[in-house]
Amino acid sequence: MNMDTPSLLSIQDLEVRFRTEDGEVTPVRGVTLSVSPGETVALVGESGSGKSVTSLATMGLLPRPAGRVSGGKILFRQRSGQTVDLATLPLPDLRRLRGAEIAMVFQEPMTSLNPVLTVGEQIAESVRLHMGLGHASALKRAAEMLDLVEIPNARRRVHEYPHQMSGGMRQRVMIALAMSCNPSLLIADEPTTALDVTIQAQILVLIQRLQREIGMGVLFITHNLGVVAEIADRVTVMYAGQVVETGSVGELFRTPRHPYTSALLNCLPARARRGEDGRRVVQSIPGSIGKVGNGCAFAPRCGQATDSCQAGSVLLETEMDRSVRCLRWREILA
Amino acid sequence: MEQSSLLLFLRRMFRRKLVLVAFVVLCAIMLMALLAPWIAPHEPTTIRVVRRLKPPSELNWLGTDEFGRDILSRIVYGARASLGIGLAVVLVSMTVGTLFGLMAGYFRSLDGIIMRVVDALMALPDILLAIFLVAVLGASAFNVVLALSIVYTPRVIRVVRASTLVIRELPFVEAARALGVSTRRILSVHILLNVASPVLVQATFIFAYAVLAEAGLSFLGAGVPPELPTWGTMIASGQQYADQAFWVVLFPGLAIVLAALSLQVVGDGLRDMLDPKLRKAL
Repeated sequence: MNMDTPSLLSIQDLEVRFRTEDGEVTPVRGVTLSVSPGETVALVGESGSGKSVTSLATMGLLPRPAGRVSGGKILFRQRSGQTVDLATLPLPDLRRLRGAEIAMVFQEPMTSLNPVLTVGEQIAESVRLHMGLGHASALKRAAEMLDLVEIPNARRRVHEYPHQMSGGMRQRVMIALAMSCNPSLLIADEPTTALDVTIQAQILVLIQRLQREIGMGVLFITHNLGVVAEIADRVTVMYAGQVVETGSVGELFRTPRHPYTSALLNCLPARARRGEDGRRVVQSIPGSIGKVGNGCAFAPRCGQATDSCQAGSVLLETEMDRSVRCLRWREILA
Repeated sequence: MEQSSLLLFLRRMFRRKLVLVAFVVLCAIMLMALLAPWIAPHEPTTIRVVRRLKPPSELNWLGTDEFGRDILSRIVYGARASLGIGLAVVLVSMTVGTLFGLMAGYFRSLDGIIMRVVDALMALPDILLAIFLVAVLGASAFNVVLALSIVYTPRVIRVVRASTLVIRELPFVEAARALGVSTRRILSVHILLNVASPVLVQATFIFAYAVLAEAGLSFLGAGVPPELPTWGTMIASGQQYADQAFWVVLFPGLAIVLAALSLQVVGDGLRDMLDPKLRKAL
């Protein structure tokens, strides 16, 4: 990754460690990725691949004191033009950025809102905090935000409690909450997983529309490749805490280089229908996140693995705007 | 909108007739305490030796005590001290208990220290601890409040800590942090509002316990000075005449029972109302 790219967010060689009862584990091992303004980067991987931990580390929300960033940088370009390292930024400064310049939408719309505060009060809280508005104008802003995320009767709904709304409606509120201070980076951690398919599509369209309007960068965390195809400009695939492949969404879907990426793509129903070799599943269960063995982490599950894959650590090969972490990708592709 | 939800709340709360009755009784006692000078038929401290230990009559509805003082008037004025002390204990133990409970539940490092102190205090029998504290501090209304607050604060800490432990793990707390909300505000707004209902229920129970405990302390001579009429001191000073003049102890005793009972029932109603698990059963 080029050090002087004008990216909004540039995560370099991020390593996160967690202390557990069985010793230290390293769920994120040397993750590098970047998000430019106006760009949507999808971070893809199965459960336990470290994608959520990467996003939490970016927000400075790793559970303390167990988790910590043990290496690498999380560079973020502030609105002022200054670049800061979120991994080492003091908490008060980080708090000023959270919600104002970096916002996050969570997976669980049913529980991510405080049940005893009206949705308007919750949006107003963030607005007052970061934009310094008074109570009345903050509530007005809240109503505008609800209107922006296409909640009907926004003026009335501002005074409703979360339990009076459906899941899709609450996720819209979460998005309104995240967008309320015009952040330049939005981290969406599986924002549509808990919603049914039609609502999913609406939420995706909404995020895309707002992104165009505000021009923010989006880091979209998901395990749903269908969603990736629909929303992302670039894709970063993670496996066992490492980036295994990066590329633009078109290229990566057309010619996956890493065997794990191809295996994931082969799971897509559309491809299987079209497919030459039918729908496949990725064999066996993912490796333990903490285990830092020698060789390629995916080797035990890889159909193409040879002895050389297990021998030494595999580096991320970068070529133009694509990178892949596989010794034999040229052979396999050929 | 606000008004209709309040109305709904009240309707659900008073679905059980007993809760309504208890609430009315409680309100009547409180009103009596507030309006004591206008309600009491006599001065509570006027001594008339010629009319000592007279049974209930038209002049003294509930009889007179060993100094000829009107018992009804003393009960009415006693409500002020008894309920006042109870209320003060509730306020102090709620405030302190909520503060420490939130800290113990939220900051893992403080949890151990705070909860060990709580365990130590709760290991001692309530009334014994209170007697000890009053004995050390000296008998006065202020010290009784202080002693009973120390006795009941640990209960509040436990309730608040338990709720905080659950709520701090809920996603909305993390979501609030992701919006840049400070820890202090997360505690004082987001978590506090969510622990409010168990604390409120606990408050009514502690009110009842405190009224009883104050009476107990006064009866045992470790309470407020005898010249201040509380229901406890009335029973305490009347006990030696109980065999000749039962009204001296019966009526203050009834006042205590009525106040404590109505508080408990209202507390129960409040708990049933606020507990979503029990709400369905109602």
